Amino acid sequence: MRFILRRLGFYLIAAWASLTLNFLLPRMMPGDPASVIFARAQGRMRPEAIEAMKQAYGLSDDPLPVQYWNYVKSVFSGNLGTSFVYFPAPVTDVIKTGLAWTLLLGLTAVILSFVIGCVLGIVGAWKRGGMVDSVLPPLLIFVGSFPYFWLAAVALFFLGFKWDVFPLRHAYAEGLSPAWDWEFIRSVGSHLILPAATIIVVSIGGWVLGMRNTMIGVLAEDYVTMAEAKGLSQRRVMFAYAARNALLPNITAFGMALGFVLSGALITEVVFSYPGLGYQLLNAVRGLDYPLMQGLFLMITLAVLTANFLVDILYVRMDPRVRSR
Amino acid sequence: MIEQRAEERPATAPAGTIAGVVTIPQGQGDQIPARRGLRAPTFERVRPFLHNRKAVAGALMLLFFFAVAILAPVISPGDANDIVSRRHLAPSSEHWFGTTGAGQDVFDQTIWGARQTLGVGIMVGILTTMLSALIGMTAGYFGGKIDDLLSLITNVFLIIPALPLLVVLVGFLGSGGSWYFIAVLTVTSWAWGARVLRSQTLSLREKDFVSAAEVSGESTFRIIFVEIFPNMTSLAAANMFGTTIYAIGALSALQFLGLGNPSVISWGTNLYWAGNSGALLTGAWWTVIPSGLAIALVAFAFALINYAVDEVTNPRLRAQRLASDALRKSGRSLRKAGRATPVVRHAA
Repeated sequence: MRFILRRLGFYLIAAWASLTLNFLLPRMMPGDPASVIFARAQGRMRPEAIEAMKQAYGLSDDPLPVQYWNYVKSVFSGNLGTSFVYFPAPVTDVIKTGLAWTLLLGLTAVILSFVIGCVLGIVGAWKRGGMVDSVLPPLLIFVGSFPYFWLAAVALFFLGFKWDVFPLRHAYAEGLSPAWDWEFIRSVGSHLILPAATIIVVSIGGWVLGMRNTMIGVLAEDYVTMAEAKGLSQRRVMFAYAARNALLPNITAFGMALGFVLSGALITEVVFSYPGLGYQLLNAVRGLDYPLMQGLFLMITLAVLTANFLVDILYVRMDPRVRSR
Repeated sequence: MIEQRAEERPATAPAGTIAGVVTIPQGQGDQIPARRGLRAPTFERVRPFLHNRKAVAGALMLLFFFAVAILAPVISPGDANDIVSRRHLAPSSEHWFGTTGAGQDVFDQTIWGARQTLGVGIMVGILTTMLSALIGMTAGYFGGKIDDLLSLITNVFLIIPALPLLVVLVGFLGSGGSWYFIAVLTVTSWAWGARVLRSQTLSLREKDFVSAAEVSGESTFRIIFVEIFPNMTSLAAANMFGTTIYAIGALSALQFLGLGNPSVISWGTNLYWAGNSGALLTGAWWTVIPSGLAIALVAFAFALINYAVDEVTNPRLRAQRLASDALRKSGRSLRKAGRATPVVRHAA
């Protein structure tokens, strides 16, 4: 319990740090933020947008701590400002749709990658010298060296464009409206396969290697020898004794991978025009939509922190040694 | 300098040796002869890597790319941005990799692109490792409140997602030259190495040679960087290679997204322009493949070297490989060898 409380305290501090960073970013730009933004927009912004922007930043002549306090208050009351690009939609509305898609893509990709990678790593370490052990890790590491976006672009070109196996862009077919019917779900699924597959293929090598290395360490332990001496079946020793303990360091890595996926998914979303948080973030940057950029960054950071916290809770349940600390 | 260090520390791994079950025949091993009272000279420390196929392959690939980057003016003289022919010509004997959407030579652009990509990547790797070593080792050595504070800062930096932070930073602060990107990439990637080096410092700190150095009045700076750090060089090197891979990937990603400096020739910007000119839709695969493949090969080379460093420094992995090599040579099946991982016992 103490472990969880300590981790919660840490995540709260990290959340506060990202909130402060968000606050400081527009003020870090050289010169007065308002005039810089106006100059950069070069007449592309309507007067209402300028007013909204000033309000969104609390850009007043108040001293910095007052501005900071106003900003924190507005964030906690759910007011993240008004978007420029999607004016007059509030930032929270724009983010809501993006969050759902990013979670779908990111969670699917990282969970599948983790499960498949760990199983391959377990099998590879168990059957030492076999094909899984000698061929697969270097091959997967090589594939994992390719930059996400490049692999995604090539996959999109061949599988989407040339051979027309998978759809080219977006999260569901144009013309369909979101509803809980079979047609929509099927469309979402078919649009999800290619983006998720590219993320999985690139990241699976790390899991295979990590799991294999920890398994090799665990297999030398006495309790594995004891289990075999007791006459338990190979499968039971492999999964219930060895893998269960080898899994623990990888659970911590899983938490970190969640963070990576949410940022790596950014590029995948851009290549596939998948309307998640990352895609929206890039459009916001291109359109100089500062409130939206801030809101999206905050949302991405909070998602990563929440995911890590949930993984920590999972870790406590899986490793009894931590509870006694 | 305290001389007991050499016998305190086994030849390649900072951790102590573990009594083994299998002894590998001596001729097979790539172990450094332990010499009492003297640190093994540099060549002896490098030799295990030379026996490792992966390390040699990785190093050769890297050397190739470095040579290409340095010799760029010789291989492709002139300005790679010059328009030399019609747009989107397929590879031919005249233009080995074809031409881009603007009529530039893809081969020249790929060769020249190596410079900025490799340069920024390596600078980020070096600077990040230096910063990580400074913060991580200070936290690990001093412990207590300093450790708590530095660890908190490290963890916060670690958990904030890097690429969105990079995108937002570039969005607010605008783009810039190579040094701007080096700074931004360093700031977002030092945390991981700091954590790794900190935990290694924590375990080394308890060793006798550190207490001896403290008691004999060595300055703290010397203890940390002259006594403790040399025992972690392989870890720091692995960290540097990993960070370089990350930096090259992140830089290329930013450039591909259009947030880099589009006038600089780099592998990432080559891909950006290829994407912008609708390369895939017109089927001009030759504008996309070379730069992407180059990034992958460089990253793979670093990964190979990292893999080899891992194997050389982790006694279990090394013994595993030696055992399987030995068994394969003697024709026996690996399955019959049993489940336990053999660990090399150093012949005294």
